[in-house]
Amino acid sequence: MKALRIFSRSIRDSFKSVFRNFSLSLASISCITITLIVVAVSIVLSYSVNTFTESIEKDVTIVAFISNDKSEEDIKDIEKHILALDNVHKKNVKYRDKMDISDEMMQSSEVFKGIMQDWTKEESPIQNTYQVKVDDIEKIGDTAKEIEKIDGITSVKYGAGMVEQMVQVFDTVRKFCIILVVALVIVTAFLIANTIKITIFSRKREIEIMRLVGASNTNIKIPFILEGLLLGILGSIIPIIVTILGYAKIYEHFNGHLFVSFITLIKPYPFVIYISLILVAIGMVVGMFGSWRAVRKYLKI
Amino acid sequence: MRLDLIRLRNINKTYKNGVTAIYDLDLTIKKGEFVFIIGETGCGKSTLIKMLYREEKPNKGKIIVGGINVAKLRNSKVYKLRRKIGVVFQNFQLLPKLTAYENVAFALEVLGLPKYEIHKKVVKVLDLVGLKNKAKHYPNQLSGGEQQRVAIARAIVNGPKLLICDEPTGNLDPKKSMEIMEVLEAINKLGTTVVMVTHDIEIVKKMNKRVILLNSGRIVKDYEEGTYK
Repeated sequence: MKALRIFSRSIRDSFKSVFRNFSLSLASISCITITLIVVAVSIVLSYSVNTFTESIEKDVTIVAFISNDKSEEDIKDIEKHILALDNVHKKNVKYRDKMDISDEMMQSSEVFKGIMQDWTKEESPIQNTYQVKVDDIEKIGDTAKEIEKIDGITSVKYGAGMVEQMVQVFDTVRKFCIILVVALVIVTAFLIANTIKITIFSRKREIEIMRLVGASNTNIKIPFILEGLLLGILGSIIPIIVTILGYAKIYEHFNGHLFVSFITLIKPYPFVIYISLILVAIGMVVGMFGSWRAVRKYLKI
Repeated sequence: MRLDLIRLRNINKTYKNGVTAIYDLDLTIKKGEFVFIIGETGCGKSTLIKMLYREEKPNKGKIIVGGINVAKLRNSKVYKLRRKIGVVFQNFQLLPKLTAYENVAFALEVLGLPKYEIHKKVVKVLDLVGLKNKAKHYPNQLSGGEQQRVAIARAIVNGPKLLICDEPTGNLDPKKSMEIMEVLEAINKLGTTVVMVTHDIEIVKKMNKRVILLNSGRIVKDYEEGTYK
C-alpha cells in the first residue's frame, strides 16, 4: 500500500513536470516521434525485403547444362562434383533429363510442339541439366562460376545481375535506415537527458526537502525516471497512429505489393500491432535511458 | 538516568579546500535535553550540526545519533537517519507553491503515509505551533515568524527524536524570536531533544539551558543548565 501511494504520487509528479516544462518536453517528444517514424518505416522495409529475399532464395535456381556427349556415368560424376561445392543446397540438386524438358516445352506451347515432336533423343539439341539451389543467395554468382568449371558442364544460367542488384539496393536502404535510427536514438536520448536535467534543477528545493524529511533515494529518483518514460510513451503516440493508418493505406493502394509484383507486402494485421508494440517499447527504453543518465549525473544525493 | 541520544568521539573535520572546521571534538547529548551551540562566525558550529544529520561527514571519529553510526552511514541509507531527525533552517526552506498545510503534509506524503493519517498529524502539529487558522495560507502570505513555525511543524510532524535548528531566529525580530523559542520549548517538553545553533546571546540568556561554546573548532566551555550568564 505504502509503495503504491509513493508510486502514484511519483506518476502525478512526472505528469505535472512534463506540462510545467512544456516547450522542452515538446522538443523531446517531437524528437522521439521522428525517430520512431523512421524506425517504423525501416521495420516495414526490412521486413518486406526479408520476405522478398526469402522468396527469391526459394526460387532462384542455377541451371547447369551438361554437354551432350557425356555418358550416364559421367553425369553421375558431375553430380558428385556439384554436391561437393560449399554453397550448394544438398537436398536441392535435381537432374533433369532432356526429354523431360522437351516434353514440358511442348506442353507449354503449340509452336514448340510443331518443331520438337519429331526429335529423337540423339537428334535433340536440348541439353540435360542439373538444377541447383543455393544456401546463400548473395554468393550465387561464385557458386555458378564453380559449377561452370566442372568438366562436362557447357554453361550455367541463373537470374544473374538483376537479382543481385535488387538484393543489394534493399540491403543498402536497410543499412541506411539502421544508421539513421541509431543516430536519432542517440540525439533523442540526449534531448531527454537535457529535459530531465532542467526538471531536476527546477525542483532542487523540493529534492532537498525530500531528502531532509527522509525520502529514500529511490523515492526521489522515481519521478524523474517516470518522466522520461512518459516522454517516450507520449512520443510514440503519433508514430503508432501513422503506422496503423498509413500502412493500411499503403497496403490498399499497392494491392499488397510494393512497386513490383514479386515484393509482397505483409498483411496489415497483426503486423502493425507488433510494430506499435516495438515502437512503444523503444520509446520507453530511450526515455528511461535518457532520464537515468540525467539522474545519475545531476541528481547528487 | 537519561540515555545518550548523541555521542561524538574524536571528531575531526577538514574540508576539501584545506580548512579545518572541527578539531578532536567530544560531545554527549542526552535524550530530552535542550542544547544551545554558540560561538563566533566560522567557529565550526554549523559544520558540527551538519554532521549530526549527515550533510557533512567527519574525516575521523565516531558519531552516534539515536543508535545509528552516522559517520559510517552509506549515502543510500541516509534517509533512515533523517526520519529520526527534524531540521529547521534560518531561511525556512518552504515550497512557495504549497500552502502551510501542504508544506507540512509534503513531509509525510513523500514517506507514503495514507491521507487520513497525514491529515490527523498535520492538523495536530499546526495546532502545536499555533497556526491552525492559517493552514491555507501560502508562504508569501505569512510573516517570517509564521513561516518559521510552518518549517518547525514540518520538521516535527513525523515525531522525530531530535530537532536540529540552524539559527532559526536569525531572520526574525526579538519578539518573534521569543515566540519561536516558546514553540521550541513546548516541543522539547513533549520529549524531543532540541539542538539549536544561534548567534542571539539574549535568547540564550533568557532560556537558561545547557550551552556549548565553540571556538576555532573546539569546545571551549560546556555550561550546564542555568549556569550561562
